[in-house]
Parts: sequence; C-alpha cells; structure tokens
Amino acid sequence: MSAVTALRVEDLHVYLGESHVLQGVSFSVAKGGVTALLGRNGVGKTTTLRALMGLVPRTRGTVEVQGENVTRLPTHAIVRRGVGYVPEDRDVFAGLTVEENLRLSERGGDGRYDLVYDLFPELRERGRQRAGTLSGGQQQMVAIARALLNDNSLLLVDEPTKGLAPLLVTEVAVALERAAELATTVLVEQNLGVAQRVAQHVVVLDGGRVVHEGTAAELFASPERVRELLGVHGGHN
Amino acid sequence: MEATISTFVLLTITGLGLGAMYFLVASGLSLIYGLMGVLNFAHGAFITFGAYVAWWITDQIGGSFEVRLLVGGACGLAFGAALGALVELVFIRPLYRRPVEQVLVTVGLALALGALVYGIWGADAKFFPIPDWTLDTTTILGANIPNDRFVEIGVAAVVLVGLIALLRFTRIGLVIRAGVENRAMVTALGIDVRKTFTLVFAIGGSLAALAGVLSGVYYGNVDPVRGTSLLIYAFIVVVIGGFGSIGGSAVAAVAVGLVQQYANFYVADWLDWSGAGDVSVMLLLASVLLLRPEGLAPKVAH
Repeated sequence: MSAVTALRVEDLHVYLGESHVLQGVSFSVAKGGVTALLGRNGVGKTTTLRALMGLVPRTRGTVEVQGENVTRLPTHAIVRRGVGYVPEDRDVFAGLTVEENLRLSERGGDGRYDLVYDLFPELRERGRQRAGTLSGGQQQMVAIARALLNDNSLLLVDEPTKGLAPLLVTEVAVALERAAELATTVLVEQNLGVAQRVAQHVVVLDGGRVVHEGTAAELFASPERVRELLGVHGGHN
Repeated sequence: MEATISTFVLLTITGLGLGAMYFLVASGLSLIYGLMGVLNFAHGAFITFGAYVAWWITDQIGGSFEVRLLVGGACGLAFGAALGALVELVFIRPLYRRPVEQVLVTVGLALALGALVYGIWGADAKFFPIPDWTLDTTTILGANIPNDRFVEIGVAAVVLVGLIALLRFTRIGLVIRAGVENRAMVTALGIDVRKTFTLVFAIGGSLAALAGVLSGVYYGNVDPVRGTSLLIYAFIVVVIGGFGSIGGSAVAAVAVGLVQQYANFYVADWLDWSGAGDVSVMLLLASVLLLRPEGLAPKVAH
C-alpha cells in the first residue's frame, strides 16, 4: 500500500478553539496526479491542509507521507520529507524581494530556478521587487514557485486561484498541471472549472468528514451528484 | 553665545552616548519580540550580569586598563550570549504557545537573577576599571567632551552596521527578517525556526551585556539595578522604533537619548525641575503612540 500511496490520512481530528472542525477525516492519495479536496465553504478543507502541515494542533489521527508516519513531526521536519505547501492567501514575505522569497525556500542544494522561471518568466524580471508591492496574481506565482523550487514529492496547494482574474486563473491552472507532472498534488479549489481541468481524483468534505472519494471524471459527469455534494452546478466557471 | 553652543554640543554628544546604550539593549529586545513575540523582561538581567562578569574578570586579571577592559568585556559578552541562549532553551521554548506564561516567566527570571546579583556581589556599586584616556576630554566647538562618549557611540555604530549586514546579507538574517513577518510560514518552508530563536536570544543577550559593559565605562561603576534602569528606556525605544526594526530602534534610541539630555538641561534649568528628562521621554512616547501606534518602522526587520 505505502509503495503507491503518497499520503494517507486516518481519523484526523482538529479543534479550533471550541469548534470541532475536523471530525475524523480519512483519505488516501495515490502517487502521481492531482487530487482535489472539495467541499462547501467552512467544511474544513484549509484546516485539513494546515493540519497535514502541522500548522494547527491535531488532537487525534495519523498522517503518513510516502509511508512514513509524520503525525508527531514539527512543520519544518514534515516539509523536509518532501512536502511543498502553497497556503491560502499566498503568505509571501512582503518585506523581502521576490528573489529573497525564493532563496529562503531553497532546501539543500540548488533550487530549480530554471523550472520556476520557465513557468513564471515575470518572476525573473521582478527579482529585486519587494513581494508586498506585487499584484495578487504575481504573489500567487511567488507562492507556487516557492513550492516548486525544491524537489518535493507531495504538494499541498490551497485555493491558488482565489481572487484572481480569469486570465491569471488559466496561467495558474497551467502551472498546476506542470507541477503535477513533478509531484503528487493535493489541491483545495473552489473554482470547479480548475478542479475539473487538473484533477484526476476528488475527495469531498462535509461537516469535518470525508463524504465522497472517487475519480474526478466520475463526479463531474454527474451534475446531480456535484450539486448534492458541493451545493453548486458542475462545469467550468 | 559660545557657551550656549558648547553646552549644546556637549548635551548632543552625551545624548548620543546614552542613545548608544539604549540602542544596544533595544535592538536585542526588538528582534526577540519581532521574531518570537516574547516580551523579555529578563533582558535587564543580561545587562547587569554582563557588566558584573566584565567587572569581575577585570578585577581578577593583570595588565593595562585597556587589556583588562577588552578581556573583561569579551567575557561579559560571551556570558550574556550564553545566558540568553540558556534562558531561551530552558524557560522560553516550552512556552511558545503560551504568551501570558512567557511574560510571567521572564518577570520571574528578572527578579531571581536580580537577587542572584545581590547575593553574589552585594548591593554596593563596584568601581569599573577604565583607561585614563576615556576620562580625558576632547574639545569640539568649545565643548569639552569626555572621550568615553566617543567609545560608546563608535561601538554602537559598529554594532548597527554589523546587525544590518547580518540581516541583509546572510541566510540567517533572511530567516530572521522573514520570521519577523510570518513565523509559521518560515517553518512551512522547511526551516527550523527554533534554532534562529536561540541565536537571536544569544545575540540579544550579548548586545545587552555589551550595553552593561559600556554603561560601566560611561558611569565608571556597575550596580545591581543597572539593567533595570536601562531596560525601561530600551522598552520605550522599542515601542517608538517599531518591534522588529533595527533601523527604527537606532533612530528611536538617538531621539530618546537626545530628548532626555536636552530636557534635563534646558527644561530643568527653566522650570527648576529635575525630572524633566524622564517626563519628556514619556511625552515623546505618548506622541508616537498617538500619531503612529505601530512605531516608526513597523514589523519588518531591517
């Protein structure tokens, strides 16, 4: 099982204050491709990614990356097991330049600058610009580039198209497809058009639990099922 | 007129000398709070211990005043760094998600370490051995400036340049600057930020100890409450300068040192009131808090 499993989550529970946000989340992600983590607003998608990263305290459950139990590891140690993270709202370091943001995320050896500059040529041109002065789309490029700079085996990407103009959404989707060729990707995405375009598998959360797992093609082939699980109409938007 | 200018020059350079010590204390405090969110009330103990260790070493060894001061000062700095690292590792690290307990533990440490100084070295001030040339004066625009002021200003300037170079040109500086902005995201890039916490505490401890040593040169003695009295002004400097900003701390330290000196002379002379310097510093603090609550350079280490 572990030879083909990039990520296994078992009975994950998280409390944020008094709120029991994750109530026993369990799912597995096979190696390769993109798995979209879907669900209505507030069902725990972002919290799931933050819990996998060790950024919020987990009260119960197991997380395995490439067959290794990382449940008790601190965040930096999880990342060093080959996990890249693109947070919701980008979280670029506003006071640092683009080049410094990238250099900071280098881990051991040379970063894959050719790859990230090939995907986002704009970042090379804006290397000396403070990240805080970039547009939202450019900041998203920095956030994705930071995760792609290292040879990660698993990428956790949280709403990369949130708040972006349609043209930029396409650019980010292309980058995600390229990223997925390099590493198994778990994608939280509200834009179902993007999810449908890039994901092969889906995991749907509701009320802090997984309510559906399957292939993306199967889910998006059934508008009724999409409406039932996600409360929206399927298809590109 | 000549006397007026010479007095102003003397007050300015003395204010810069005081500001230099405030800066050394405040820069460490500011980085520690900016990076870790720890309000370190034990910082004053780093100052006092640094000064006393330097004094004790100078008292034990022979040689010229310069050699004794250099060796003693280096030992004081090393002790300050070790004490800072130890405090972080033993007392602060287990409490990173508990800010109230953190403040309480640093207050407790300040009291305990203060009592330890009394216990080891007693309540009396100790004469600090300083070279004769630091007691001589240099005349600038008619003002006779004690030479130790130039030592304090020069050392603080070197530290300022060194800290800016550390923050701007080194990997560890990059981590500190990023950590001041968003600590969690630094860890999410695979960086063990706890090592940086210990290092910043060690840097803060050594700079506080350096301030303690320089205060020994400035006042000619060390006493058990030296750290506490410098710490109050250093906190004011940090609030005015902006938490996490070395440049902001430098500007604020100079401002506080100068305002204190000018008010102590001019306002006290005018109103016959000895507390004018301290009240003026408080007014400066209140003005900054009202007009720019985030300080001169908010939440960015540079």
